[in-house]
Amino acid sequence: VVEGLALLDLGVSPYSGAVFHETPLIIYLFHFLIEYAELVFMITDVLTAVALYLAIQDFNKVVFKKQKLLIELDKYAPDVAELIRTPMEMHYIPLKVALFYLLNPYTVMSCVAKSTCAINNTVVAFFILATIKGSAFLSAIFLALATYQTLYPLTLFAPALLYLLQRQFIPIKLKSKSFWLYTMQYAALYLCSLVVIICLSFFLLNSWDFIPSVYGFILSVPDLTPNIGLFWYFFAEMFEHFSLFFVCVFQINVFFYTIPLAIKLKEHPMFFMFVQIAIISIFKSYPTVGDIALYMAFLPVWSHLYRFLRNIFILSCVLIVCSFLFPVLWHLWIYAGSANSNFYYAITLTFNIGQILLISDYFYAFLRREYYLTHGLHLTRQDGTEAMLVLK
Amino acid sequence: SNLWYLFSRSVDKAWKELSNILSGIFCASLNFIDSTNTVTPTASFKPLGLANGTDHHLLRYAVLPREVVCTENLTPWKKLLPCGSKAGLAVLLKAERLFHSSYHSQAVHIRPVCRDASCLAVSWELRQTLTVVFDTFASGQGKKDWSLFKMFSRTLTDACPLASQSKVYVDISPKNKEKELLEVTPPPTSVHEAIVQGDKRTYAVYDLLSPLLFNTSRSLNVQLKWQRPQESSELPTPVLHAQRYVSGYGLQTGEISTLIYNTHPYRAFPVLLLETVPWYLRLYVHTLTIITKGKENKPSYIHYQPAQDRRRPHLLEMLIQLPANSITKITIQFERALLKWTEYTPDPNHGFYVGSSVLSALVPSIIAMKDVDVEQSPLFTSLFPSSDGSSYFVRLYTEPLLVNLPTPDFSMPYNVICLTCTVVAVCYGSFYNLLTRTFHVEEPSRGGLAKRL
Repeated sequence: VVEGLALLDLGVSPYSGAVFHETPLIIYLFHFLIEYAELVFMITDVLTAVALYLAIQDFNKVVFKKQKLLIELDKYAPDVAELIRTPMEMHYIPLKVALFYLLNPYTVMSCVAKSTCAINNTVVAFFILATIKGSAFLSAIFLALATYQTLYPLTLFAPALLYLLQRQFIPIKLKSKSFWLYTMQYAALYLCSLVVIICLSFFLLNSWDFIPSVYGFILSVPDLTPNIGLFWYFFAEMFEHFSLFFVCVFQINVFFYTIPLAIKLKEHPMFFMFVQIAIISIFKSYPTVGDIALYMAFLPVWSHLYRFLRNIFILSCVLIVCSFLFPVLWHLWIYAGSANSNFYYAITLTFNIGQILLISDYFYAFLRREYYLTHGLHLTRQDGTEAMLVLK
Repeated sequence: SNLWYLFSRSVDKAWKELSNILSGIFCASLNFIDSTNTVTPTASFKPLGLANGTDHHLLRYAVLPREVVCTENLTPWKKLLPCGSKAGLAVLLKAERLFHSSYHSQAVHIRPVCRDASCLAVSWELRQTLTVVFDTFASGQGKKDWSLFKMFSRTLTDACPLASQSKVYVDISPKNKEKELLEVTPPPTSVHEAIVQGDKRTYAVYDLLSPLLFNTSRSLNVQLKWQRPQESSELPTPVLHAQRYVSGYGLQTGEISTLIYNTHPYRAFPVLLLETVPWYLRLYVHTLTIITKGKENKPSYIHYQPAQDRRRPHLLEMLIQLPANSITKITIQFERALLKWTEYTPDPNHGFYVGSSVLSALVPSIIAMKDVDVEQSPLFTSLFPSSDGSSYFVRLYTEPLLVNLPTPDFSMPYNVICLTCTVVAVCYGSFYNLLTRTFHVEEPSRGGLAKRL
């Protein structure tokens, strides 16, 4: 961003080079705030934490209400008393979420590095708050802002829509008129705010240069600077012939899980949102640790799934060890010259596998709990012996 | 090697054609000139001949720092001379002696000039220059004496019949007003005094076309002997000289520093610096600092065109005022990019070259040149041009730089593709399982092992 501002001062478009890839609104914002950069990033982190706190507080109320409704409707099996969540245990969850975000070493690192990812996190957190509070207008605006900055929050449109539909008690049937009406309304709000923001950026710098620099850059991955993601080494070692094909495959991979997850998790849009944010932060073209901090902040919300998690110990060890090894192997490759890029790449692979398995573990635990809720905790086979659950 | 040209129309296609044609003529790899090493300078490289308007958009400058000069470039260069290397001064230019030197550079300049004083017609002037530095002190057993035979292992026998002038100039300027310190044999046809680069110099001239020269012997071997053993005297430092180097450690960042020295005792003058840096060293212009005598020096003109990945290099042009008797340090930081594995040269750990930066300046002369001198010594005014007598034009090239870039492992493309796709498949697989399958109570298996199989 500092480079972009310096280029602007020299009278050159910041997007004429290949160094600056942020949106014009960020330039505009930092034009005034560049002196207080550290303070700005601390404030954005605090804002994110506050937004998450308020959001989860509201969400807990919704969860409790829904649980009560389902108990009254007798949807739950008789022996699941220990799985039912009580207000007592849910009391401290919002605080835990806020603390998880603020005290996460990844958040601290990204604040010290003054990465603009923190601003993106704040916008996504406000989007979640607006969605949970039920305000479609604000939610659309914040989602448009988040999509405008990095392209991937587009996929969060689906969970937000599902949540708002649930809140309005509109059933999700493809033939239902009110469903389509509400969907169109929300989509229109979202698209209009996106168009307004893009036109505003055009008028800020008087050119459309920012579109290939920001979005073309995210989609075509030209810069291969090593990061914690999977893409850089892949495209550094790719045969030229297949480069375009694999770029398309990897981009589709991010957007691809939205529809199946929406179908499976239509009753649980917040968990869908969590999984979607995690998928974005693992598979986006230039991931940073700030993105990981955002979805890890949600883990206390699902702390009641702990008994169903299968590999949590191994996965947390993997993630912690990899986080420590990242800077070590980076230093060995770049500065000491005694390791080569393969070492760092291996840690990238392991770290991402750890994250993927963490998310799928939580997903498994969530589905398993849902099954137990509806079918009872102590399952017996036809002959009365204790049964095992498998996925078939 | 570098190439620059001012076009009159339709530049890009003509540039490609020009570089390819010149590459063929000079057997130099100029055909590697493409948009990744061509820039359009705005202020440097003003043409020296007649030119109708100087729209800088029609000017192109390219530098190929990896190319070196060798015999295959010398031969076509010699072929451009009217007599080739068969007669005249060019008989001295034999490759095995020329490349046995400390420095070698050859250039071809073409410009339009007036055919006569009334300037009704324009002709093209072709000027070829060859600069060679022989270190006779190191190879001559500690004596600074030299002769044509020692340097070129040949002597001059006659002048080229097509030449209108064929002269050898030997600089015999006395230092510190001491005369008779050196002796030149055979005696020169004339002695000529000229003011060159702000300094008064005396030249012994051997005119090969004059019949007196070859009277006594068939061959001419110019020799220079020093009368007294030389105390180690330093060469006079030029008024403007520069150095460039890369600093920093590790393969992530670095800093390019340029030091410009102005040794003129009392005059300050501006210098125009042109830097072309390849795109894979990402310059950060907000780290550009110019420090003179401990204080910051702001350039009066700055033009910066950032690079685009794989399309064009960085271009930085600055007009900097150099105070008298000072050293100016210009630093800019950069970040090294990781390239795709096919973009590395066959020896990637050798490093990548960064072309020289160009300093153009009108250096004020210590001794002013008078107009009458200009007419009498056309050679010197074309070699060291100056529009008025008080300053002369100098174009300096700094050293090229060599930087290392981080390299991926080149033996790994297939492995990397497999491993990354495995990770993506792990995600896809687990999500597919969780999305398409539902929980069921396990049915007890009936029958024994045999039935299960």
